Amino acid sequence: MAGEKAAGEKKPGEKAAREKKRGKKKPAEKKPAEKKPSQREAGEKKKKIKKHHASRNPVLARGIGRYSRSAMYVRKALYKRKYTAPETKIEKKKKEKPRATIVKPVGGDKNGGSRVVKIRKMPRYYPTEDVPRKLLSHGKKPFCQHKRRLRASITPGTVLILLTGRHRGKRVVFLKQLGTGLLLVTGPLVINRVPLRRAHQKFVIATSTKVDISGVKIPKHLTDAYFKKKRLRKPKHQEGEIFDTEKEKYEITEQRKSDQKAVDSQVLARIKKVPQLRGYLRSTFCLSNGVYPHKLVF
Amino acid sequence: VFKRFVEIGRVAFISFGPHAGKLVAIVDVIDQNRALVDGPCSGVRRQAMPFKCMQLTDFVLKFPHSARQKCVRLAWEKENINEKWSATRWAKKIEAREKKAKMTDFDRYKVMKAKKMRNRIIKHEMKKLQRLASKKGKKPEKSDKSEKSEKPEKAQKSAKAQKAQKAQK
Repeated sequence: MAGEKAAGEKKPGEKAAREKKRGKKKPAEKKPAEKKPSQREAGEKKKKIKKHHASRNPVLARGIGRYSRSAMYVRKALYKRKYTAPETKIEKKKKEKPRATIVKPVGGDKNGGSRVVKIRKMPRYYPTEDVPRKLLSHGKKPFCQHKRRLRASITPGTVLILLTGRHRGKRVVFLKQLGTGLLLVTGPLVINRVPLRRAHQKFVIATSTKVDISGVKIPKHLTDAYFKKKRLRKPKHQEGEIFDTEKEKYEITEQRKSDQKAVDSQVLARIKKVPQLRGYLRSTFCLSNGVYPHKLVF
Repeated sequence: VFKRFVEIGRVAFISFGPHAGKLVAIVDVIDQNRALVDGPCSGVRRQAMPFKCMQLTDFVLKFPHSARQKCVRLAWEKENINEKWSATRWAKKIEAREKKAKMTDFDRYKVMKAKKMRNRIIKHEMKKLQRLASKKGKKPEKSDKSEKSEKPEKAQKSAKAQKAQKAQK
């Protein structure tokens, strides 16, 4: 143990780290001589693999050791072992405490000129009754963790019929499902003026017509954040002119145009191979007399 | 007045029920409402079947009453009822109806385009003839010209029908 000790003192950090780990797991120092692979790597760096001593406190009966606390202190030579963990980055960062008070100038004569003011003040109101602690609930996940499903009839390359929105009735090519579950869809633009757009699964009819989109590479930056509507949030409490600052007119950015071109060129090539598909995508879907959606095969 | 009779050997088409759409031969009559029926070549076991769900066809087979299935099958295959049936207009209409019901959205578009083109050609020819007729005034040639036009129209109609069938696959 002494030899290990000397080596231990050379690199107190590592040993202490290990001790901390062990201490966390089991309060009584009963250690089998197993080494965790991560620690073995650390040990191998040190050339010597540390072996931990068995318990120095023989058991008389369950829960009762032979030696008292103070005797164990001596036996484990804890008087020699004084380790501090190396200052971790978090602790270093933590040292930079934010300012608690600030010195502000004060006007007036014979006032001392400045006051020391707290930045974070105590609350000015405590409610009479505290809000009770909520009970644990289970299975209530936030939207970002919801399970996204996709109908089996919708696969990449399927022709979909949009049912809502300004492009209702238009037939459109499905590309992929985005992170929030919405479907990324494109006209293509030259065929029916539908750009790269998101569509909701529920408001779409999936036809059985499929375009082979196997080799089409969709740029990775087309995510929900890319398509999300942007809203200005700086009213600055000015009355009037609030509505002018928000951009009502949507402008097509250059990036959208280039992305559209990149995707559409690939998709169009595949559409041209199927006869009459281009005209099909140009047409719109409509119902007429005697046409019943529940009887139609899409 | 009546041309098709319920007789032994009459081939009937089943219109509803579990065996809807199949052909059977009447083997024997049980009572006023039911017949003993057998369809060895159409997958119908020998069983009693009410007349109500049978629709008589033009085909009659020759076998004695209560003949066993083997005989019915022989007679059926000798007469080649299956082929004869699929050549009838009745069967073709049924098939066309089925195909129409199975049309997908894309197929419907293709059929619409084909119909449109065909109608345009017909109209075009008609207009041509009408113009010719109106130019020459009221002459008996008008009737001749309209007769002549039907021939090219029919040729085009067949072309359109082929397209429609292709679309229906």
